[in-house]
Amino acid sequence: MTTLRVKIWRGNENEEGEFQTFDVPARENQTILDVVTEVQRVQEPGLSYRFACRVGVCGSCAMTVNGKPRWTCRTHINAVAKDGEITIEPLRNMPVIKDLTCDMTEFFQKWQKAGGKFDGTITRKDPVATLPPSDLKRQKADAGIECINCAVCYSACDTVNWDSDYLGPAALNRAWTLVNDERAANRQEVLDKAIGDSGCSSCHSQGNCTAACPVGLSPSQSIHGLKRMSLLSFLGKGI
Amino acid sequence: MAISNKNARGHTSYWASIGHRLSGLALAAFIPFHFLVLSLAVNDRTSLDGLLSLADQPLFKIGEWGLVVLLVIHMAFGIRVLILELVPWRHGKDGRTNLVWVGVIAAIMIGIYFLVRAF
Repeated sequence: MTTLRVKIWRGNENEEGEFQTFDVPARENQTILDVVTEVQRVQEPGLSYRFACRVGVCGSCAMTVNGKPRWTCRTHINAVAKDGEITIEPLRNMPVIKDLTCDMTEFFQKWQKAGGKFDGTITRKDPVATLPPSDLKRQKADAGIECINCAVCYSACDTVNWDSDYLGPAALNRAWTLVNDERAANRQEVLDKAIGDSGCSSCHSQGNCTAACPVGLSPSQSIHGLKRMSLLSFLGKGI
Repeated sequence: MAISNKNARGHTSYWASIGHRLSGLALAAFIPFHFLVLSLAVNDRTSLDGLLSLADQPLFKIGEWGLVVLLVIHMAFGIRVLILELVPWRHGKDGRTNLVWVGVIAAIMIGIYFLVRAF
């Protein structure tokens, strides 16, 4: 059996550390998460990383692999290894807690800053709202609701890297789904937050978020939709 | 520690934004010289005539060609941003990143046309 050379970032919350190299068996079917787990269980029990579902649903296991943020549980080694080597780092744009584990507090706080909380117009005693799939606004909201909160887009975004206050693609994508949700009571409030300071207008249209999104969403579409909606709102057209 | 992001870039949309940014910076750097030369029309006509006589030199024409190409690139990629922001998207990956190639091809075609006319 051939081996795979894996360079893993080992560091602390002060961003001090270094890469540590491990040789692991190269198997026919192996994801990045499998490899990290093997290193932790067989060679280095002190290695810190985060995962939960292992099937691409929970969004916990994202890491930077060979210079690109990825969901590691659904990334096959053969798709990314170069000459039998891979380099694994934590996600970018978030403080490192230890090794491959990031502090995602600010990432989720920005969801709130962008108006990510849903406030409904009805109570549980009312009939369930009818949402026709043919409705254009519903289709726009549907295009963004499958986000798994993995922060891959946030890590890939250069604008977040330049401006730490920028809300980022995931939070703005969430805001876009809410301003198009007919059931939401606070749509104008969400739009005002999303177009406020360090909101959608800070986006530089690079599209790293859309290129990196593991579930195939387009935060670019959502952010540009918010920009268009902010212009229409400014011109007096209601949302 | 600087975490690498080099392979998250390199897609067509990224190069369009870089092309837009760099062409804009180059044009911004040119504009003060442009206004300086224009001011000679009011302040120092002799110097202006001397400068304009250089306009027939090959090196000058190549410089003009570079400016035309930069202007076309900046305009095309600027129109791309307007289309991204103002035209509703049909779906998330509806191929509008291919607009990058429209801009690149337009810059090449207009650049060739300008060079042929210049010499």
